[in-house]
Amino acid sequence: MRMIWILALKELRDGLRNRWIAAAIVLLAALAIVLSLMGSAPTGSVKVSTLAITVINLASLSVYLIPLIALMLSFDALVGEFERGTMLLLLTYPVTRWQVIMGKFVGHVMILFFAIFAGYGSAFFFMVIIADGSIDGWQTYFMMMTSSLLLGAVFIALGYFVSVLVKERATAIGSAIGLWLIFVVLYDLVLFGVLLLDKQQVIGQKLFSILMLISPTDSYRILNLSMFDGVSQSAGIAGLASNTGINSGLLFGVILMWIIIPLLATLYIFQQREL
Amino acid sequence: MVDKENKADSIISVQAVNKIYGNDLVLHDINFNVQEGECIVLVGHNGAGKTTLMKLMLGLARPTSGNVEVLKGNPALSTAVEQRLSLGYLPESVAFYDAMTGQEVLGFYADLKGVSQRECRDLLELVGLSDAYKRKIGTYSKGMRQRLGLAQAMLGDPQLLFLDEPTTGLDPLLRQHFYELIDKLHKKGATSIISSHALSEVEARANRFVIMKKGGMVACGTLDELYQIVNLPVRIQLKIQSGKESVIAERLGSNINIKEVSKQGMDLLCSKEEKMSLLRYITSLGDDVQDLQIIPPRLDEIYNHFMNGKSS
Repeated sequence: MRMIWILALKELRDGLRNRWIAAAIVLLAALAIVLSLMGSAPTGSVKVSTLAITVINLASLSVYLIPLIALMLSFDALVGEFERGTMLLLLTYPVTRWQVIMGKFVGHVMILFFAIFAGYGSAFFFMVIIADGSIDGWQTYFMMMTSSLLLGAVFIALGYFVSVLVKERATAIGSAIGLWLIFVVLYDLVLFGVLLLDKQQVIGQKLFSILMLISPTDSYRILNLSMFDGVSQSAGIAGLASNTGINSGLLFGVILMWIIIPLLATLYIFQQREL
Repeated sequence: MVDKENKADSIISVQAVNKIYGNDLVLHDINFNVQEGECIVLVGHNGAGKTTLMKLMLGLARPTSGNVEVLKGNPALSTAVEQRLSLGYLPESVAFYDAMTGQEVLGFYADLKGVSQRECRDLLELVGLSDAYKRKIGTYSKGMRQRLGLAQAMLGDPQLLFLDEPTTGLDPLLRQHFYELIDKLHKKGATSIISSHALSEVEARANRFVIMKKGGMVACGTLDELYQIVNLPVRIQLKIQSGKESVIAERLGSNINIKEVSKQGMDLLCSKEEKMSLLRYITSLGDDVQDLQIIPPRLDEIYNHFMNGKSS
């Protein structure tokens, strides 16, 4: 445990040193504040809370942004150290390869934690101030931040997987962008395209639900847009959850699997690797 | 090759090791043992397999066949973590995290080894980096990096040191200082494996040499043993009263291999077996021979001999 902590703290300090954390906090806070200002406009007549609208807006944006930030943090984590030669020395120290991966993971998740909770959190207080001090629905907002962190963790793990597979940093950058495109854009695009073409309803609702569920980004979306009270009505996909038997526990489970499996795969490849 | 060492009490044992990367046979049939307190020097051209051999001993790579044991364990297993506490490594052209300062990097490595930060400062002073420890490593010169590399290798008084080309890029003064540091560790009972090109530097320091060529081990032994194996001629330098050179040459006769005759004297070559009888004969030649020096073959001559294909 101590080793993991030492390695994690090093990653965290790196994030502080190169202003990575600061930049991410500013970016996320600015976006959240802008979205909350936009979200507060239509609330007057329909009596939907600013917070609920903001959660929807933020969740829709986070699906794109958080994976990108997470991949930028992680794509270099292993291949960079291989290429620069620092991994060689590190592995002659009394650390196991498992600890190296976990240390980096914990450190990077901490960086993302600060970015999300400080960034989105500051926007939350901004909204509380403009919404006359009401903090109703803070639980929903908190769950949005937590699930965003988990989504980020998924892409940190996926970034490591790319990082341990490729031989050069340049390839890692390309692969990370590819990964982002597939998971965030293309998968949904293909899925909905097939659905549109599927006039005979060969796929059916059940299979469609499963196909959506196995994608970490869709799970995150469903979680934030339909699971929490007061949000699902506004998001326009109310009832999706009750119709398909999906619950938030299952969705969290899917996201956790997307963290654990890439981490284990990364570790397995790393163990085989010779320097 | 005499394998007189007992494997049981050796600190490192390498047995019948082969290593294949892709289609290349990088190491073949490497055998040697290292006893505690020894200083072993690996010599060989670039690409002879010295670094790979070190990586096998460090557990960074696994042998394709054969057996490597370090501190009574397999270094490639994750259970070797314990052994690594008493191990120091200075890689060839060492790389650090450039954005960190010297102090931060050494502090990080010290944490991993459970060494106090106080010892870190002492080490930085010892290697002469006390002025630069607050600077980013990105600004360090090659020599400074090498010194930081040595400092990290010395963290926690390691029992076993692996130094891969430790003095490349260091100026002569630093080299001197560097070997003094290593000698200090040796006095504390450390064992070291050094790979080097600088034969003249390591000649006096090593207990034994492992000579490598194209992934194979062509010889292993003390300087004396190697000298026996190659059977290079001993050089005897005579100082002769001027004008008497031809007389002496005549008296030595045609059986003696006279390499060079100059104003200063005469260079003779003879085999180890002939040496004593030749010396007796020379001393009997009288006052015309004013002085004599016996020069045994040096490591670089022995090395050249092995490299030119005449393996034992």
